[in-house]
Amino acid sequence: MSTRQSLEQQPQSFSPQSLSGKGTPLRDRIFMWALFLALAVGVFTLAVLLIYVTVKGWPRLDLRLITNMPSVRDPENAGAQSALTGSIWVITFTALIALPMGIMAALYLEEFARPSSKFQRFIEVNIQNLAAVPSIVYGILGLAVFARALALGQSVITASMTLALLVLPVIIISTREALRAVPRSIRDGSLALGATEWQTAYRQTLPAAVPGIATGTILALSRAIGEAAPLLLLGAVSFITFNPDGVLSNYTTMPIQIFNWTKESREEFQILAAATIVLLLVILLAMNFIAIWIRNRTQKRW
Amino acid sequence: MASRHYKLTSLVGFGAALTALTMTLAACGGGNNTDGSGNADGTSGSVMIDGSSTVYPLSAIAAEDFQNENPGVRVTVGSSGTGGGFEKFCRGETDANDASRPIKDGEAADCEANGITWGSLTLAIDAMTVVVNKNNDWATCLTTDQLAQIWAPNSTVSNWNEIDPSFPDEPLALFGPGTDSGTFDYFTGEINGEEGASRTDFTPSEDDNVIVQGVSGSKGGLGYFGFTYYEENTDELKAVSIDSGAGCVAPSVETARDGSYTPLSRPLFVYVSTQALARPEVASFFQYYVDNDAEIAKSALYIPLSEDGQAELVSDFNDLMAQVGTE
Repeated sequence: MSTRQSLEQQPQSFSPQSLSGKGTPLRDRIFMWALFLALAVGVFTLAVLLIYVTVKGWPRLDLRLITNMPSVRDPENAGAQSALTGSIWVITFTALIALPMGIMAALYLEEFARPSSKFQRFIEVNIQNLAAVPSIVYGILGLAVFARALALGQSVITASMTLALLVLPVIIISTREALRAVPRSIRDGSLALGATEWQTAYRQTLPAAVPGIATGTILALSRAIGEAAPLLLLGAVSFITFNPDGVLSNYTTMPIQIFNWTKESREEFQILAAATIVLLLVILLAMNFIAIWIRNRTQKRW
Repeated sequence: MASRHYKLTSLVGFGAALTALTMTLAACGGGNNTDGSGNADGTSGSVMIDGSSTVYPLSAIAAEDFQNENPGVRVTVGSSGTGGGFEKFCRGETDANDASRPIKDGEAADCEANGITWGSLTLAIDAMTVVVNKNNDWATCLTTDQLAQIWAPNSTVSNWNEIDPSFPDEPLALFGPGTDSGTFDYFTGEINGEEGASRTDFTPSEDDNVIVQGVSGSKGGLGYFGFTYYEENTDELKAVSIDSGAGCVAPSVETARDGSYTPLSRPLFVYVSTQALARPEVASFFQYYVDNDAEIAKSALYIPLSEDGQAELVSDFNDLMAQVGTE
């Protein structure tokens, strides 16, 4: 009883300082410190990683990284341009495929499908399972279906279609969450004013859910841009000194280039890999920033 | 309502911006690499190579140099491993396959089933050297069994006298290449019988200088790395002869070339499809590769072929091209 009372008296903030008061039972304090420690471990590891990579890659963090092509002979001046453009190509087409498909699928499931029908539940379970499938399995699928059966080969579009499948469940799930957060009254109001179900979904529900959808999809794409395993299987190449010039072009991506450079024994390549990791992290942070920006700009409280 | 509509279009707008960005990049990329124009002999097209990550440096250097001279040709080199590369090669998905071992019967059968005919070219020799400290006067020759005893996954050997009672009581300090490297895979595969199977309590480093410093800095030190690194550091280290059952053989350019330094030396190959060689860009790339092989091998830190080996490479390639002509 006394424990509950003291918990209720706690302020909203969980900072450890607020727990050091004499009135807090030891058990509560230990628990809160354990929580804080769990958070600290994650943040600390990330900070160490960031600092280590930045320090190591510092000598090569200049424009050459994006203006020059990879080189085996001259790692001092080599860059990651082909990997950067490859990543942008792949992720763009991933977005162009996965976004409309994911949003439409979610819209159907949330707004139009008959709720709690067996078929619907079957699909839901499947989507959730798909989200948990290891990415390498998508690589195997992409290799068999897109690269070989559809004869698209080791191309940008093969990679994009595979990564699109990979992030599709995440996009569907986050879009559904966003749609579900739109109050029932918005739909009812629209329907009551004579709008059809389609008009309601397209003009009211979907726009209202944009902040959530944007956040979810950009985070999903952030995952896709960092993927290496399925692309290794799909045949992203290790050495390429030209930018992709079409969806059927050969390509490599930044994670693959980093992976390849870290395997080289010469120190110059290690530094180059570190610099490319920083570049990849910058792109990831920028994407996350865009997600937050869109959310903040368009967020609505009901 | 209008404002909500705006939100939806902002998402669409974001997509459009992304597309525009790509198209701009595409335009830039296209500008840098105009397909098949502007080079001396007018060759254009693409050459796709995949396969062993050990042979990868050779092919990547060849690709880089060749493209500098022939900007119209696009050469890509992958490193999926010898086996993974052969799977693609025998499906006709790549033009050539880098290999650190000869093609297996099953792989050759796949090639045949898909109508891919090929020839193999020996490019260079990969050799590894087991090194000890300069002041180590006992370990001049180790058997492969002794090496396996030292490096086995669960090995607890920590003193030289555990390897051979006649060795002195000297603690063993182990150094080796990083576990991602091809050298590590090769050594563990040959010595421990399975790639990647190794004790883990050694000092790994991707930087061979660390291994040199480590072994030269401790009397009981033992390590292994590529032969060419040893050649550069003969003053600081002592190479151990290897006995694989046929007597002790010291590592040297000659013993590696003639194959007597076994099992720690091996030839490196590239398998080229004759179907691909019918394309002028592939033929001219491999002509370049063969002509400059000695220099490429040296730059990639492998042992270049002997004079005879070079002559054989040239004649093998000419034979292969003759096959292309008759088809």
